[in-house]
Amino acid sequence: MLVPERGGAVVPVTVVLCVNGERHEFEIDPLERLADVLRDRIGLVGTKVGCGEGACGACAVLLDGRAVASCLLAVGSAAGHRIETIEGLSRDGLTPLQEAFIAADALQCGFCTPGQIVAATGLLRAEPAPTRAAVRQAMSGNICRCGCYPKIEQAILSCSGGDG
Amino acid sequence: MSTTRTRTPLVRGRVGELMPRRDAEPKVTGAFAYSSDLEAEGMLFAVTVRSPHPHARIAAIDTAAAVATAGVHAVLTHADVPGRKTVGMHRADQPVLVVDVVRYQGEPVVIVAADDLETARRAAVLVVVTYEVLEPVADPERGEVLRDVRIRHGDQSLGADVVVSGSYEVGMQDQAFLGPESGLAIPDGDGGVDLHVATQWLHLDQEQICAALDLPPAKVRVHLAGVGGAFGGREDVSMQIHACLLALRTGRPVKMVYTREESFFGHVHRHPAWMRYEHGATPEGDLVYVRAEILLDGGAYASSSPAVVSNAACFAAGPYRVQRATIDARVVMTNNPPCGAMRGFGAVQVAVAHEAQMDLLAAALGIDPVDLRVRNALKTGDRMITGQVIDGPAPVRELLEGLRAMPLPLERGSLRADLRELPGGVANTTHGEGVRRGVGYAIGFKNMGFAEGFDDYSTARVRVSLVNGEPLVEVHTAACEVGQGLVTVLEQIARTELGFEHVVVLPADTTVGSAGSSSASRQTWMTGGAVKAACEAVRERLHELAADRSVEETVEHHHRPTFPLDPETGQGDAQVALCFAAHRAVCDVDTDLGLVRVVEIATTQDVGRIMNPAQCEGQIQGGIAQGLGLALMEEIKTENGLVRNPNFTDYLIPTILDMPPVRLAISETPHPDAPYGLNGVGEPPTIASTPAIAAALRAATGRPVTRVPVRPDDLI
Ligand code: FES
Ligand code: FES
Repeated sequence: MLVPERGGAVVPVTVVLCVNGERHEFEIDPLERLADVLRDRIGLVGTKVGCGEGACGACAVLLDGRAVASCLLAVGSAAGHRIETIEGLSRDGLTPLQEAFIAADALQCGFCTPGQIVAATGLLRAEPAPTRAAVRQAMSGNICRCGCYPKIEQAILSCSGGDG
Repeated sequence: MSTTRTRTPLVRGRVGELMPRRDAEPKVTGAFAYSSDLEAEGMLFAVTVRSPHPHARIAAIDTAAAVATAGVHAVLTHADVPGRKTVGMHRADQPVLVVDVVRYQGEPVVIVAADDLETARRAAVLVVVTYEVLEPVADPERGEVLRDVRIRHGDQSLGADVVVSGSYEVGMQDQAFLGPESGLAIPDGDGGVDLHVATQWLHLDQEQICAALDLPPAKVRVHLAGVGGAFGGREDVSMQIHACLLALRTGRPVKMVYTREESFFGHVHRHPAWMRYEHGATPEGDLVYVRAEILLDGGAYASSSPAVVSNAACFAAGPYRVQRATIDARVVMTNNPPCGAMRGFGAVQVAVAHEAQMDLLAAALGIDPVDLRVRNALKTGDRMITGQVIDGPAPVRELLEGLRAMPLPLERGSLRADLRELPGGVANTTHGEGVRRGVGYAIGFKNMGFAEGFDDYSTARVRVSLVNGEPLVEVHTAACEVGQGLVTVLEQIARTELGFEHVVVLPADTTVGSAGSSSASRQTWMTGGAVKAACEAVRERLHELAADRSVEETVEHHHRPTFPLDPETGQGDAQVALCFAAHRAVCDVDTDLGLVRVVEIATTQDVGRIMNPAQCEGQIQGGIAQGLGLALMEEIKTENGLVRNPNFTDYLIPTILDMPPVRLAISETPHPDAPYGLNGVGEPPTIASTPAIAAALRAATGRPVTRVPVRPDDLI
């Protein structure tokens, strides 16, 4: 993150966010990262920050149903959109995809896991029966440093209505 | 009331059974609290001012403007470190905060705590450090030798008819754990502190914090927070002492979270290596001698370099019988980034060389590379080049033959293959023309645990009590779950030994004895062994269990002693146990552009005993992913001591698209010294996967491929 020039003043504006169906209103620097607002102001720390520059996918959230990197999104530009975080996806108990991740043991340290689940949820909503190639393509923005890829692929495919 | 209970033999979740990892559910819902997720009432946020220069003398540090900033609570320098000014794993040579001379880029100089992160960052910018910039020592050939390991094994005059030689290089790899260094220090109001942190070895952190803060262990309690991966990079301290220092100074909880860029400067990396090898063999293909000169760049501080260079020397010849070995391995200190532990430390680097040499030798002899390896395979009863007789399992031949028997992936069909199946992928660089396939084999080995006489142990406290008439087993250790699945395996062990369904593994902290490090493939063996022994001790006393009386035992588990290497000859029984894995890589290479696609990795690994099948597979697949990264893309680039790519945009890590299917055959040859016969699992997959890929690329292109990560230019 950039440190503003000495004495550089920030002008807060009112930003209204819709996160997991709830309304949140802030007086805030509109350029603050959505990831920080979710984590530090709303307390939704299930969204992780791994790189802060859009290169790892740990911070993925759904914006109007599509997975985006919340570390790259200025909070001002998220206003008026429907934001879903891992907490929102988990509100009514485990989803079949989360069950599948557990069953396939598709995680180790788990730091990438919320982002993986969010991205895969976005994929399965848009394309309920993705092929193996489509799963790999869609998940290529989510790094798993523990290297759980074969099991992540298996977990997602087990939720796909397709033939893989 | 005293009862004797019959233990139900059918409780589920015992050793060897499929059991979902205990922390899986909170991890998939986002509820699992990592070290970066913690908060406490009234906490401050802290940042680090780091040196932009790799080598400099500090003339002055002016903190006045930072101190005067509203919302800033502390701005500390080395002068504020009350105890020892330097710490370190093997030797205390690394300043907590730079005292006078900066020795690597990014070294911490000043720490700042403020009401919020933004204020802390702004104040950090106001700290003025005056540097007298010095010329960095960036060339390892000019580095000061930190440790030199000589091995002189067998008749040193032995020569051979067939001789091959080569020079090899391994780049500097980063652990790149996804959860950056972070933690929360909370002062107890009585001069002590509780630190919640992601680490690999709680007691080693505690020891170093105590030394720097001049506090007794009882005043510094270290608790494991959720760990976002480790791979060796969390063995040395990063922000631990800084956060405690600030918390004690301000009387407020202090949270510190590194950015990704800082993380590249915040931990040690895998040592880059330069290796010159010569192998001699009989015309029939029996290895006669191996000569090797190995140079590792340890960077600015010692860290675990002494152990890494020892491994590089001891495993330099690979898992082969050889009559004579002449190994000179040294690790030097420079002004490059400090290097230390990373998964497979020392063994990873030399495997790139010894396996390339075996292929060269096979070609010179006109023998199949796998046949040559099988012919020279170490087995139980053989001597390693350190003179140590292997008395545990050494299934080298079995692993190689098992691997060779595994089916190969299908040939690429027509020229009209799916782009995504080709090198270059959707970049549409080829439709199959110019693409050649290569197959390469490699095998590697490494020790489980620490070597050379280190008295390695772990401690477990197991307590059984009755809760509403039902037995509850509580397992308490200081062993760090870093993603390897330890908490689940410990639970399985307690259930197996005591037969009770309800087992809780308590959070790891320093209120129980040390468990040693979650590294060196040792934790399941060591802490698993401690938990097993503590359960056995509890079992003997279960007749005492009553509603108002629990049974508790604390046991230390030591492995058998090891011994130092002779300083002149490098001979000695330095290792506890050995673990082995073999890999076969199938790669497609676009020979016009030098682009690679790994089609499949097949592997055979002997794990002694499968404790948890899914986790065991996960360790193997994950280790292969990191081995693939080292083979093809992962490298910290330095230029005169400056890191050029401290971010995930320029430091490339394999994604799901890079990861090929893994064909896996796990064998179980029980290790007689280990609990349940298990063996280390975590490191072997990262050892031979890299050289197997390099071998496949040589086979596909006919190019020598002597350096990893391989660059496109090396392939065309
Ligand atoms: S933290 Fe946003 S992509 Fe890595
Ligand atoms: S499980 Fe550790 S990064 Fe994916």
